[in-house]
Amino acid sequence: MTAPETGLFSSFLLIVISAAFTDNILLARFLGMCSCLGVSKKVDTSIGLGAAVTFVTASTAALNYLVYTYILRPLGIEYLKLIVFIVVIAAFTQIVEMLIERISEGLYNALGIFLPLITVNCAILGSSLFMLNKPYSFLQAFGFGLGCGFGWFLAISLIGGIREKINESVVPKGLEGPGITLIIIGIMALAFVGFSGMIKV
Amino acid sequence: MIASILLSVGFLSACGVVLAFLIVLAERKILNYGPCTIDINDGERRLTVQGGSSLLSNLAEQQIFIPSACGGRGSCAYCKLRILDGAGAIGPVEQPHLTPEDRKEGRRLSCQVKVRSDLKIEIPKHLFSVKRYLGRAARKRPLTYDIVELTIDLVEPREMEFVAGQYVQLESPEYKGRESVMRAYSISSVPSARNRIQLMVRLVPNGICTTWVFEHLKEGQSLHLSGPYGEFHLSDTDAPILFIAGGSGMAPIWSMLQDMEEKGIRRKATYFFGAVTQKDLFLVDELKAMEQRLDWFTFVPALSNEPPGSGWSGERGLITEVLARHVPDTSAHEAYLCGSPGMIDAAIAVLKKGGMPESRIFYDKFA
Repeated sequence: MTAPETGLFSSFLLIVISAAFTDNILLARFLGMCSCLGVSKKVDTSIGLGAAVTFVTASTAALNYLVYTYILRPLGIEYLKLIVFIVVIAAFTQIVEMLIERISEGLYNALGIFLPLITVNCAILGSSLFMLNKPYSFLQAFGFGLGCGFGWFLAISLIGGIREKINESVVPKGLEGPGITLIIIGIMALAFVGFSGMIKV
Repeated sequence: MIASILLSVGFLSACGVVLAFLIVLAERKILNYGPCTIDINDGERRLTVQGGSSLLSNLAEQQIFIPSACGGRGSCAYCKLRILDGAGAIGPVEQPHLTPEDRKEGRRLSCQVKVRSDLKIEIPKHLFSVKRYLGRAARKRPLTYDIVELTIDLVEPREMEFVAGQYVQLESPEYKGRESVMRAYSISSVPSARNRIQLMVRLVPNGICTTWVFEHLKEGQSLHLSGPYGEFHLSDTDAPILFIAGGSGMAPIWSMLQDMEEKGIRRKATYFFGAVTQKDLFLVDELKAMEQRLDWFTFVPALSNEPPGSGWSGERGLITEVLARHVPDTSAHEAYLCGSPGMIDAAIAVLKKGGMPESRIFYDKFA
């Protein structure tokens, strides 16, 4: 009797890992680049933003899955998914920001201030849209969102660490700031392309 | 066709309404902290406010004006207050503005601290008399090519009580795409004239507020200001005074000198007025007349870069050099400085070298 459950769990895990590594949303699909360039100057802010994105991506993927399956599809208005997903994400981040502010000030200072930044982050919208390409169940959709968010978290933390190091060394004037960061992201993307095709889900 | 258009429009509208309703509801339920009490200066005043917004805006609603130049965005750090209890954790916006000393004494940016529970705070006494004024620009008189004397009639409230040396914050409205800002200017008029104050405004290239005063503000136009602020004023001692100021830094000194004359204070005082060339000098006739009239007052204008042979018979050189020549021993004096940070730091070094303890040097730096 335990076999189907481990099967469920392993497929869930596989989806998380493939979304995080082989299809890294930041490095393989280049989504969520604006907030990544803006906030990745330091490791701790990168981690803060990354954690917020992970949380929001996972929750909104689940939420949008429900909205899509139980509202949009029965009504036959799947073509509205883009605009509906955007407003759902925006409202969700707003409410979560208020909740966090009320519940824990420490958490709010660590995560909450990033929430308005990611209301319109395309990585989050992207993962909600991409999950519809595959016939996922609810749990798998949640796993896909979690994996996308975790991949983004991983990528921005790495970039943050590299940028902290780069700040200490001399960079040609014309390449300072976003310029060198984009080059670094490009090289990292090459590395992540090496994962592609390793897992087929 | 029509049905699907109606369906999608209807669905999107319903979606918007439901989500907006949810957010409003959440705002009401989640961010409602209920009434909070703000205890000021250990029970001296108690305010009951609705929690949820920043301390700075709550205080402003209760007519207590804390200096703030950036409008609550956490970039100017003028609005620091001691919060003894209830402030919560230090936010990331505040981090860079708080020195280790601030942290130890519980000083916070009041624009970033939200009122979430009962607070105990300390507000310097002099801020209680700060009010926001509606005024009218009565006169703009050029003093030099880049300094004007701005005379403001106070309309509502009609009178301001201040001490010579204090400053006001002038609010420039939005113009030509420049944002509305507040900038500090020392009052140059006497405290006894309560209905009409004067400021000396120097044109800062590209300065938002100064450009507004120079180019857009017309005589007769209404404006807003708040004040009085600041703890730069004459002490109660009898020590001889050294005033050192250049350019528009004269404003608080000019107010103090007129105030001393009016009140019959006969402390020995010397005013070192530093300027670059003769065209930077102003109010020289008035100050010379004052020197003639009052036996306790000496006026020393000095030019640092006047071309030789221009007919200037007064002192030459940097104001700090002139000061060191005139008063080599400063140990018995008190000094009042107003001007740029560079000038003030140089003057402090010279004064300390002459034997003056730092506790007797008072200054008003403008950044």
